[in-house]
Amino acid sequence: MEDIKCQCGHANPVGTYICEACGNPIGEAVKDKDTVLDMRYEGAARRSQTYNKTIIDKIWNFFSSVKIAVYMIVIVLLASIIGTVFPQEMYIPVPKPANIYYSETYGTLGELYYLLGFHNMYTSWWYVSLLLMIGISLIVCSIDRIVPLYKALNKQRVRHNPNFLVRQKLTAQIEKPAQWNQTLDEIEEQLKKRRYSIKREGDALLAEKARFSRWGPYVNHVGLIVFLLGVLLRLVPGFYLDQYVWVRDGETKKVPDTHYYVKNDGFIIEYYADHEFPQDIGLGEGDKVVKTYKTHAVLYENLNHGLAGAEPKLEKVTEHEILVNHPLKYEDLQLFQAGQKPNALSALNMTLLNEKTGEEIGKFKIDLYNPLPEYPITADTKVQILEYFPDFEFTEDKKPITKSTNPDNPAFIVNTITPDNPGGEKSWIFLGSYLPAAGVDNLYGFKFSMPDLTNITGLMVRKDKSLPLIYFGCFVTMIGLIMGFYWQHRRIWIQTEGNIVYLAGHTNKNWFSLKNELKAVMDKVKVPVLLEEKGKGGKAS
Amino acid sequence: MNRSRTLMRFAILAVIFVGIAVALYNGFIKDKAVVQTGQPAPDFVLNTLQGEPLQLSDYRGKGVVLNFWGTWCQPCEAEMPDLENAYKKYQGQGVTVIGVNIRQPEVTVKPFVERYQLTFPIAMDRTNEITQLYEIGPIPTTYFIDKDGIVKKIVIGGPMSEETISENMKLIVPE
Repeated sequence: MEDIKCQCGHANPVGTYICEACGNPIGEAVKDKDTVLDMRYEGAARRSQTYNKTIIDKIWNFFSSVKIAVYMIVIVLLASIIGTVFPQEMYIPVPKPANIYYSETYGTLGELYYLLGFHNMYTSWWYVSLLLMIGISLIVCSIDRIVPLYKALNKQRVRHNPNFLVRQKLTAQIEKPAQWNQTLDEIEEQLKKRRYSIKREGDALLAEKARFSRWGPYVNHVGLIVFLLGVLLRLVPGFYLDQYVWVRDGETKKVPDTHYYVKNDGFIIEYYADHEFPQDIGLGEGDKVVKTYKTHAVLYENLNHGLAGAEPKLEKVTEHEILVNHPLKYEDLQLFQAGQKPNALSALNMTLLNEKTGEEIGKFKIDLYNPLPEYPITADTKVQILEYFPDFEFTEDKKPITKSTNPDNPAFIVNTITPDNPGGEKSWIFLGSYLPAAGVDNLYGFKFSMPDLTNITGLMVRKDKSLPLIYFGCFVTMIGLIMGFYWQHRRIWIQTEGNIVYLAGHTNKNWFSLKNELKAVMDKVKVPVLLEEKGKGGKAS
Repeated sequence: MNRSRTLMRFAILAVIFVGIAVALYNGFIKDKAVVQTGQPAPDFVLNTLQGEPLQLSDYRGKGVVLNFWGTWCQPCEAEMPDLENAYKKYQGQGVTVIGVNIRQPEVTVKPFVERYQLTFPIAMDRTNEITQLYEIGPIPTTYFIDKDGIVKKIVIGGPMSEETISENMKLIVPE
């Protein structure tokens, strides 16, 4: 394709609307009309419009289209809305497989939802791909526009073809007043007072201010790109950790996927006292409202972390009172208060007694987290633990099993060895009751005292190295928005051709203020002008 | 001019696409499991039920069947006698079985081991550390590790049939 030659002799690249040199409108769509000029990108040719040859250029042009970007954004928007209609798979409230859950709960619509893959949408390949394509489009669109815009603004000339001045939105022509040169100097002074920077070429003048606001949208885009980069970094190993750990009072436990250990030095739940409520909020007897969840946590580093399972060598690194929203922080690691199991069983307190006489032989305590094989009561009496089911349950075929390793419903089979019965007698111990084993006539029984309770704190383990980058991206985005919103790029051209003085103004917004400013300047130098503000299409508005 | 512009575009697009490809590969395609077939099994040390330290790497030169289990898990219970038989059968050929019990106290494990007359070593993962290291999901999970410490086969879930056990054991018999 060939360059477009302007009547001033300058050769412009294809796609140029306004001659780069003299400002004469040369684009096919605008050159023979008298409409207001579209000053976007200074009428310069956008890079992608010039040619369309190789596959690289075609990809480039696809992403440089704002129209396509808008379509992609709208699709993502609609998809995101659809994704919230029914819960995502990971938030299904009942333990049911997804293929049954959706159709059962939401009927045909639910089944369709599942079949179309909306139940796992936000992590699906097409959703993520669309987001990434928007990211690419953001970069390409910006580069495609900022380069020609920067060049055009940087090499602005003072003198223009009168066509350019007449076809601005804000324009006026007056007869050259007497002593115009002197007046023009005064105008220059006035404009300088208003913080315009001035370029003069004899009797032509270009006044310009706040050009930097034109870069606002691009700074904004850079911020968004940095933000997206931060989100993508989370996928890189080592940048992001999301784990959970339950720790009993007094227990030291490994923080999953790290070299650290955390000790719970006391987990407290505080409740509001009645007098702290300004009014009766209708609490029933025994109802309470939680005031704080607080874990006193100590963080240790394991210096001996080379071999898994080896005896840890712990060195204290920090401690902190963890409150909701006030995590323990150490380097990148954060531990948040996230769960609680108050008053969980930790040990059973029992007394061995003679069933017939009721005589108490002695007390013993079974630690439910670490039961001993046997508990000596007196010199010749002991209780042996034969089996332990921390979370006891009978299977369908009446076999005792444990459902988990948490002591939520502990049960034991014990063998009580006494002088009367040196071989021992077997019995079951449940929570608060006991049973002789089948076919055994027991001499000894148990009395249950209040069991030891413990508080278990649930800590969310987080590591997010990309967070500073994400915040920085947000900050840059904000700067860009402020630049673009609170300043306007204003330009005023004054040019004398023979006996006529051409006045013209351009701004990217707030035309009213620009008009007043120019009027005020002209009033100051006592040159009355009737400024015309044309609407699009050349009509006066 | 046009040539260099195309090159520039190519460079920009290439940087973007490569960056995205790396991120996507890490996030979606790459198998993030710590223990994988063909990879070395992470070394660890645990006390056995008898209280002696057992380190996986001490078994170099022997095939190792590493079985994660708990007494609450019925399929684990179901495959125990077969594992014991296989242990006895292949012991002479340089293959051993190690049971890793998940978090349970001795009082629970001992009667179980006695009931099934298990003679292979039981490593006690009281703190759950090794279970987390191997990222154990459903149990039983069994790793068949060769004489060089390389995982040859991972069987998730069970119970394994006697046939499955001996077939996989043949994979790890040292030459």
